[in-house]
Amino acid sequence: MQLTIHLSLLLFWPLALAVLGATGPRRAAPAIALVGALVPLGYAIVLLFDYVPGKGGLQYVTDDAWIDALGIRYKLGVDGLNLWLVALTALLFAAAALWVFLRPVERPRLFTFHLALAETAVLGAFLAQDLALFVLFFDLMLVPFYFLVGQWGSGARAEVVAATYKLIIYTLVGSLLMLAGAVATAVLSADGGPVSFVLTDLVEADLGVSTQRWIFTAFALAFLIKMPLFPFHGWMPDAYRTMPLPVLAIFSGVLSKVAAYGFLRIVLPLFPDAAKDFQSLILILALLSIIYGSAQAFTQTNARLVLGYSSVAQLGFIVLGVFALDPEGRGAQGAILQMVNHGLVVAPLFLIIVLLSERSNGSEDITQMSGLAFRGPVLASLFLIVALATLAMPGAANFVGEFLILLGLFETKLAIAVIAFTGVVLASVYMLRLFIRTMHNRPREGTESREISVGDALVIVPLVLAILAFALYPQAALTASEPAVKAAVQEVVR
Amino acid sequence: MKGPTIDWAAISPLIALTTGACVVLMAGLLRPAFVRRAIVPGMTGATLGIAVGLGIWQWGENVSVISGALRIDDLTLALLMIFAAGALAATVLSGRSLAAVEAGQGEYHALLLIAVLGMVVLAGATNLVSLFIGFELLSIPLYVMCATELRRATSLESGLKYLIVGSLGSAVLLYGLALLYGATGSTDFAAIAEAAGGVEDDVLFLTAIALIVVGLAFKASVAPFHQWTPDVYEGAPTPVTAFMAVATKAAAFGVLLRLFDTALIGAADVWGPAFATLAVFTIVVGNVGAIGQSSVKRMLAYSSVAQAGYMLVGVVVSTRLGASALVFYLIGYTVMNLAAFAVVVARERETPYGDDLRALHGLGAQRPWLAWPLTIAMLSLAGFPATAGFFGKIYLIEAAVDNQYTFLGVAIVLGSALSLAYYLRVVAAVWLAAPDESPAPAPLVPAIAGGSQEADDEAGIRQRLVGSEQLEVVILAVVCAIATVGLGIYPEPLLDVAKDAGAALTGLL
Repeated sequence: MQLTIHLSLLLFWPLALAVLGATGPRRAAPAIALVGALVPLGYAIVLLFDYVPGKGGLQYVTDDAWIDALGIRYKLGVDGLNLWLVALTALLFAAAALWVFLRPVERPRLFTFHLALAETAVLGAFLAQDLALFVLFFDLMLVPFYFLVGQWGSGARAEVVAATYKLIIYTLVGSLLMLAGAVATAVLSADGGPVSFVLTDLVEADLGVSTQRWIFTAFALAFLIKMPLFPFHGWMPDAYRTMPLPVLAIFSGVLSKVAAYGFLRIVLPLFPDAAKDFQSLILILALLSIIYGSAQAFTQTNARLVLGYSSVAQLGFIVLGVFALDPEGRGAQGAILQMVNHGLVVAPLFLIIVLLSERSNGSEDITQMSGLAFRGPVLASLFLIVALATLAMPGAANFVGEFLILLGLFETKLAIAVIAFTGVVLASVYMLRLFIRTMHNRPREGTESREISVGDALVIVPLVLAILAFALYPQAALTASEPAVKAAVQEVVR
Repeated sequence: MKGPTIDWAAISPLIALTTGACVVLMAGLLRPAFVRRAIVPGMTGATLGIAVGLGIWQWGENVSVISGALRIDDLTLALLMIFAAGALAATVLSGRSLAAVEAGQGEYHALLLIAVLGMVVLAGATNLVSLFIGFELLSIPLYVMCATELRRATSLESGLKYLIVGSLGSAVLLYGLALLYGATGSTDFAAIAEAAGGVEDDVLFLTAIALIVVGLAFKASVAPFHQWTPDVYEGAPTPVTAFMAVATKAAAFGVLLRLFDTALIGAADVWGPAFATLAVFTIVVGNVGAIGQSSVKRMLAYSSVAQAGYMLVGVVVSTRLGASALVFYLIGYTVMNLAAFAVVVARERETPYGDDLRALHGLGAQRPWLAWPLTIAMLSLAGFPATAGFFGKIYLIEAAVDNQYTFLGVAIVLGSALSLAYYLRVVAAVWLAAPDESPAPAPLVPAIAGGSQEADDEAGIRQRLVGSEQLEVVILAVVCAIATVGLGIYPEPLLDVAKDAGAALTGLL
């Protein structure tokens, strides 16, 4: 008999310790939060090894009655779609917790509490196998980030508050529509019978095409705003400019993936006909995101925005993969791989920006940075590895991911795949520009090239090692995700 | 000769409230200040507790009493719990307020209990006559209570405004009830339901329905009959506002449910579209009106209008699911609003800014025990997950979609999206703003030369508040916040209550 409590432990451990930390002494809070983040990481690593790849269906399922009256069950499970994303989440939150532990923040108790609440919410969204539970965690993710941006954001007070509003209102409008869509899905699928929000039940039911279309729109809107994809990125620049960087590392690394994952977990299996109808539209949006994001990324001078817009472009690729809808599911597999890859590279990049700006008088403008590699070869090497991985250098796992995405797309939409190829080239332009501007040339006046400190290396090196490990063996993620991805795509292609 | 049988057990909550009101009134006449300040509120609380206890005892009995004029069923009793919770909170919040002192403790608390009695009668009414009696019995004490801060012009204005608008509402309602009797030939709900099928196109009948809708819409602050709400809520003493916001609303929706979903269910095609339109209109008006309000009480007033719009959806769908969803939403609405009002009361007394948003600036750093309940209340009102508001909305949307009113479900979520603009403004004031250092406005109450008993009392109350933590208010806020989160994590027990209450409406699907 298998224990069913594992995922609940993984899910609620950070929150439980955060509550403990919030009520305990101020100085102990970061340490308690670190324990709160490291245990799930250990759990996730064990899960990676213990997981049986190739077996279809969910593993480690927890399925308990929760709210019978509404047909909502507390159902968690792991399969190929979310296994690696759960591990990524645990890793990035652990890195952030370590960062906060090593570099004290103001009001540490509240900060770590919100961070842990965010971890629980994100893990919940990944693990949930019940539509209402997913929506609950998806919306819950916003609450801690609202406070993290609002209270610890950098910049003038009024700007921070404005950025917070934009972030919340943009994303919650989408989420609330999704709530209506989710309830409608469950009620209409029940068709007079008992209502159930459990995903496996909902997949069975057949909704009419017109119903599927409007519900698909609600879900797609929520996800596209969350990612964000062009033209729904209006909240992104302000939020990225103000968010504290360790928080931004998580936000950019994980939250956007929840949205992309939502497409695979919910939208494709539940609304297959609508997904097929809207395929071209979404692909075009993704393509525009790649082009627009890349163009912005090599014109912006704020390092945060360079990375922000590069994420828009990268997410464009991920969505291309999800909606490639090739029968083999290669595109979607590439998308999953790319989700993990992007999370792995973007988090250390944002942390490196902290180091760069510390060496350039606190400026985050890349025109103010120069020659930072001069006395910091280790820092420069770490940055270079991450930068090369981001631009999908052959040998990096990102290369495999993008390759699979384009391979899938070639089968179904040749024209779009050809244009998307240019995106790969654009990525090298903006990443190399970022690297050269900041690290090469002579040091400017006011910049001070310094080696990475041991404490900072303690956070960044493990992330870089994870990138390298993944580059050597991306197969691990692919074999695990294959059956689940195929099942998801087959719903549509069939 | 044999007298009529009286089901004493079923009407025992009503008897408890009536007796309690009389005893409290008498006790208020006693001389010692201790009796008035401690015993009277204590007895009020005890009365409410007994009424609730008797209500729990009668749970599931579902009987009609007083020859069919009243129905004491699970719906009535569930609403009784909400009224009692609101009244109990008002008692706690009034503990240090001027309102209770100036009105004389006995009168104030007796009026409170009588209002609760009226609400129970209204919620249980199955006859047009008992409906109107309940309606007036709840309204008249509230007119007085709004004006109990005698020395504050806005309180008097609020009372007067409520009296005038409320009376108009009553008159319209009474006219409607009379016409309904004319059209169907009966005042009994069951008989009306039977007759309603035959007179669906009758002008008299349609006019009656229109007038009744208007009359009850006044009380439930459904737009466009909501205009009194912000002024009255702002002017009334805050504990009274809190009571009105939760209990009056619950009572109004109780009677809407029972009248329209049992007596007039046959004419659902007639009033359904009208209510659906009103619901959408109310959601828009309430949410738009709340944006930009700097007085927290006015903001909560408009928010209550918007919430009335959401709740109206539960009536429109005219299914048991809808009724249950509405009752559950009312329960959640009660706890989250009480938490918010408790914080407003505490800050009104602690800062010179009254109920202005500035009073909340920097609350997160200064008073976390008030800041968290307010934050939770706001997030819950906006429908964030892990709070009562989230499941309340899911339930209402489920009911709407279930009976082909999907657009109302969409209206609810769009309204919630709009509502973020003002709910988050409060949260931002609490956590993101620095405490306001600008000079305080002059006190609203001018000092009165020449001693009077009331002025002394007033000074005494201000004295007692200096340096006080207002522990009872904080506890109330925290308890309500915990309940809000509790309902958002494990709503099952109260969903059962709501289900029973919905099932009590026998005529529905």
